Amino acid sequence: MKLLEGKTGWALLAAIALVFPLFAQNNYLISVATQTFIMAIAALGLNLITGYTGQFNLAHGAFMAVGAYTVGILTVDHQVPFWIAFLAAGCVTALLGYFVGLLSLRLKGHYFSIFTLCVSYIMYLLIEKWESLTHGPVGIMGIPSPPGIGPLQFGTPLSQYYLVLAFLVLGIWIMARIVRSLLGRSFMAVRNSDLLAEALGVDLMRTKTLSFVLSVVYAGFAGALYAGQVRFLGPDLASEVVTFDLVMFILVGGVGTLLGPLVGTVLVTYLTQSLQFLQDYRMVVFGPVLIALIIFLPDGLVGTWLKRRARRADAAQASLAPSAASAPSVAPATQEGRSHA
Amino acid sequence: MLEITDLTKQFFGLTAVDHVTTRFERGQVSAIIGPNGAGKTTFFNLVAGTHPPTSGRIVFNGQDVTGMRPDHVARLGIARTFQTTNLFDNATVLDNLIVGHRLRTHSGLWDVLINSRRLQSEERLCREKAREALDFVGLSHVANRIAADITQEERKRVAFALALATDPELLLLDEPAGGVNPEETVGLAALIRKLVDHGKTVCLIEHKMDMIMRLADKIVVLNNGAKIAEGTPAEVRRDPHVIEAYLGTDHRADQGAEHAAV
Repeated sequence: MKLLEGKTGWALLAAIALVFPLFAQNNYLISVATQTFIMAIAALGLNLITGYTGQFNLAHGAFMAVGAYTVGILTVDHQVPFWIAFLAAGCVTALLGYFVGLLSLRLKGHYFSIFTLCVSYIMYLLIEKWESLTHGPVGIMGIPSPPGIGPLQFGTPLSQYYLVLAFLVLGIWIMARIVRSLLGRSFMAVRNSDLLAEALGVDLMRTKTLSFVLSVVYAGFAGALYAGQVRFLGPDLASEVVTFDLVMFILVGGVGTLLGPLVGTVLVTYLTQSLQFLQDYRMVVFGPVLIALIIFLPDGLVGTWLKRRARRADAAQASLAPSAASAPSVAPATQEGRSHA
Repeated sequence: MLEITDLTKQFFGLTAVDHVTTRFERGQVSAIIGPNGAGKTTFFNLVAGTHPPTSGRIVFNGQDVTGMRPDHVARLGIARTFQTTNLFDNATVLDNLIVGHRLRTHSGLWDVLINSRRLQSEERLCREKAREALDFVGLSHVANRIAADITQEERKRVAFALALATDPELLLLDEPAGGVNPEETVGLAALIRKLVDHGKTVCLIEHKMDMIMRLADKIVVLNNGAKIAEGTPAEVRRDPHVIEAYLGTDHRADQGAEHAAV
């Protein structure tokens, strides 16, 4: 087990993801995996504000739609090159997130969640009704797939897979930097108790707003990748269902853990995909599995594993002289990752 | 060190703190006592900036801090603990303490993204501070235990350590011995003494009278938001207003004196 931790674990995960297409029999599997990774990027962002900062944001899916629509509108209606539109998607969501954050983060706990749920619905309505901008319920069709950068081309499902994988790796890497730093500790202090965090000199509004903006930027880029991969956008992308899916992913994987969102997204998607043969009855199986997971592993798969590991490390150290505490390393779910990354 | 002038806080119709004037001296233990609902915690909230006062002035080390935000107050050197300390239960005790020194650091998002040298040295500093604070409160042996697994008394000490890690001059402790047994209370009292011996100034809210009477250099008694007495433990113990507040008007002053000290 030791071998699967830390850098080795991450390298192993990356290796599995790299060779996965060799074992996937068809393009369908590859594009499902690609979309899973896109959702994982969005879930990664949601986990920052919800898992690490403790603000349960229910507008995350809508921000993903904003990113996607930014790309869609700019490329289709204004012939802006894809990669410029892609960057714009990040900027637009960041800016929108900043203002929404300033307003909504004044509220605490459930009030914040309900407020963001309303924001999400307003954004959905805007996308659906503002036909001159968003094409309304018809949606945006014919979004170009990401053009090549230098010798790299992204026309085929396989190359798209690697493109999204690269962004996922980058996303996880940056997230690791953030949450293991002093900045991340400020976020977690806010989650544990905003009053205590404030008393420890953490600027609440600034810290929460920063976390919110960073998290929606992940959603924005995930949306932009989605636009480039699916190449069709409808207002449904902004519906609360997407947000609730993301919430489910991080709950299953482990709220407030680095690997949790990835594990949750991959696992839940795998489960729903492999239950396809049950058709309408698949929810009958999936529902109880989900409930059992939440009841018996409230910290999620990764969270439970990390807790057990910390306990064991302490027990082992109790007999030895105390040495420097190891930074929480995260690579526990390699097994889940292996079978269906 | 801390001068409070005519401090008042009204929540709509209710006056929680009523024209309180007092001062806390450097290097002393001051205690605020009073019946439940007397406004003690509100008083702390005003000093720490959690709520802005309705009127009055709070001056810390010659600087007016009235209505200042809590994080600014903390940066000026006032740390506080709460009646309950929410820790991140899934992380180790030491991990929980590292954020304590964050307010003395300057690394921002950019430092994080490029993993700057400043960030690295500041993280080292925060870790050292956490370890130091943990040593000070006598908990170095639980440094690597996860926070969910420590006792109530250890939790109280962790709260002290968190406050200490901010490098404060003044510590506001809200019921530091609430919910721990008499033996542990003695240990916590000794720890508070140790804080003062190391140059800190302490102000605490506590219901355990025997602890207060032994520990405090000065006691301020609040009742219904107003200060009804202040002075040394011996003085407060004899004060007829205090006896009245704690035992009711029927008791004659000389009769109640012994009970009030209990």
